[in-house]
Amino acid sequence: MLVIKNLTAEVDGKQILNGVDLTINDGEVHAIMGPNGAGKSTLSYVLAGRDGYEVTGGTATLDGVDILDMDPNERAAAGLFLAFQYPVEIPGVQMTNFLKTALNSQRKQRGESELEALDFLKLLKTKQKELGIADEMLKRPVNVGFSGGEKKRNEVLQIAMLQPKMAILDETDSGLDIDALKIVADGVNRMRGAGRSFLVITHYQRLLDYIVPDVVHVLAKGKIVKSGTAELAKELEKTGYADVA
Amino acid sequence: MTTETAIAKQVAELAHYEAGFVTDIESDIAPKGLNEDIIRFISAKKNEPEWMLDFRLKAFEHWKKMPEPQWAKIHHPPIDYQDAHYYAAPKPKLGSMDEVDPKLLETFEKLGVPMRERAALAGVAVDVVFDSVSVATTFKENLAEVGIIFCSISEAVKNHPELVKKYMGSVVPYHDNKHACLNSAVFTDGSFVYIPEGVRCPMELSTYFRINEMKTGQFERTLIIADKGAYVSYLEGCTAPMRDENQMHAAVVELIAHDDAEIKYSTVQNWYPGDEEGKGGIYNFVTKRGLCAGHRSKISWTQVETGSAITWKYPSCVLKGDDSQGEFYSVAITNNFQQADTGTKMIHMGARTKSRIIAKTISAGKSDSTYRGLVKILAGAEGARNYTQCDSLLIGDQCGAHTVPYIESKNPTAKLEHEATTSKISDDQLFYCQQRGLSEEEAVALIVNGFCREVMQNLPMEFAVEAQKLVSISLEGSVG
Repeated sequence: MLVIKNLTAEVDGKQILNGVDLTINDGEVHAIMGPNGAGKSTLSYVLAGRDGYEVTGGTATLDGVDILDMDPNERAAAGLFLAFQYPVEIPGVQMTNFLKTALNSQRKQRGESELEALDFLKLLKTKQKELGIADEMLKRPVNVGFSGGEKKRNEVLQIAMLQPKMAILDETDSGLDIDALKIVADGVNRMRGAGRSFLVITHYQRLLDYIVPDVVHVLAKGKIVKSGTAELAKELEKTGYADVA
Repeated sequence: MTTETAIAKQVAELAHYEAGFVTDIESDIAPKGLNEDIIRFISAKKNEPEWMLDFRLKAFEHWKKMPEPQWAKIHHPPIDYQDAHYYAAPKPKLGSMDEVDPKLLETFEKLGVPMRERAALAGVAVDVVFDSVSVATTFKENLAEVGIIFCSISEAVKNHPELVKKYMGSVVPYHDNKHACLNSAVFTDGSFVYIPEGVRCPMELSTYFRINEMKTGQFERTLIIADKGAYVSYLEGCTAPMRDENQMHAAVVELIAHDDAEIKYSTVQNWYPGDEEGKGGIYNFVTKRGLCAGHRSKISWTQVETGSAITWKYPSCVLKGDDSQGEFYSVAITNNFQQADTGTKMIHMGARTKSRIIAKTISAGKSDSTYRGLVKILAGAEGARNYTQCDSLLIGDQCGAHTVPYIESKNPTAKLEHEATTSKISDDQLFYCQQRGLSEEEAVALIVNGFCREVMQNLPMEFAVEAQKLVSISLEGSVG
């Protein structure tokens, strides 16, 4: 699925990623943990193609296709999704309209036909029900006035609607109380399985009690310094990052 | 002989006759220049009664002495009024669709302009393509059954002189400003609407007539009267890009609402804005004003302004009747080298009058856009209310947005609120949309449409869909 080899990148001329190697197979859930400033969010922005995050070496492929030369929207259409740590407000743009525009833009880029309004609404209704999202939320403008929990649930709804192959969750647990965390984790677990992999970026082990990863990595100083099973996360919770980082 | 060479020939002939040309009533175009003879020619062409000619001549006399308005934040070389034709019979310029600029057809496609209207909008002879006359006639007959008069202003001058005499110039006097004055002297055509007492107009007026409407020329004059308890929604203009060799357009629109009447007036303006270097384009100098003459009457302006090299336009409401209401919803988009100075005036005269102003300004490229508005509360406007919101959105770092609100209050019981914001499309917003699959241009269009939503939702449905697409088209090339 996602193969990253010796990836280096800089922001404002400062090298942040120092040769990241990571392979995530189809259907796997990987977690990346690490101290503040390790380059966790940078890695997610580099993969999604954000302006100002410059790749200086290495490769990243999704199902064998090089994604680093693509525009951000092309990466999205190729199946890469980034759930934001701070989902962005877009005043005046209704959620439903936003989801439809996004889905159809991706479909168009993949050479698929655009979904008609009725088919789209049917799909939305199904996903909404699965995730327990109220109609009212979808009538509001994108993320405007959403609580922290609503914003993150909205990100999960977008994964459900856009059906990416590879979803990166950037600090999805930040700002969530335990109930909201459970709901979000439940949504993600529902979508685990063949055809979809996850990369969960988190500072704390707490989220990994609910989204149990297949592999845990520790990112420090822009490199993966240690990998292991879900047990590794629990150890780190006790010992901290001092030993590994 | 092509139409153009025919016109050129006629012009040459007319010029040759000089003073004698006014008798040549058969010609389709007046020679260049503006003088009393030209005005008599226009009036004679239209078979106007004496009183109409007098109105024109009076306006012309005044126009000669009047200075141009100087207060708008716009720049253009001095206008040579003698270097223009003030009358030309509308004529289709092209013989078939094959002659139409493919770029124009592409835009029609993007906008979703109905197939049957495209040829007409592109300037192809209409009668060879589809029978618009019969469609228009059918609707007019339906309207006549409920007593609604909907016709060209020229027809109204002939058939309803008592109404035209009574109302024309009653809201925008001929001496109001230089541009309105010019219009009063040389107006070519426009629409006339009268809705009788208690009648609710059963359809959006002009939805089916926009093709005919474009032929009204550069000096359009519109007069709409809603009698007691009447309602009408009127749509002006068209989302399709309109080209015209006439550089200057000076329209006048007057609305009159009697007791309990309501007029909703929506405009989409997409005249040629000039090229990417700022060459060419229309000067659009428009005077629009509505009079809420009656108690509890209401006038609502909604405008989406994307075209023209220069827009100078302040659709206003005079709130004379007690408890009358005025609304102004505006989206003004400028790109490349366009300039827009637009806004509104709300003049509160009656007690408990209310007004609401929502203005959204979007500037991109090297353009400059100004919101200019006046809220005036006169001494008698006990308990008047106004709410004003002006939001500006900047795209790129070479454009300008300005907000110039004037408030004058002579009544201490009045309540006025003003809110203004200026923002840019943030990188976060763009990246968020792009990460979900939208291209940069799609993302900008989505964000801008969201920004304009409060205004757009006041447009009639079918107009709103086209207007949204128009927003994206006007901003093409503004990013990246």
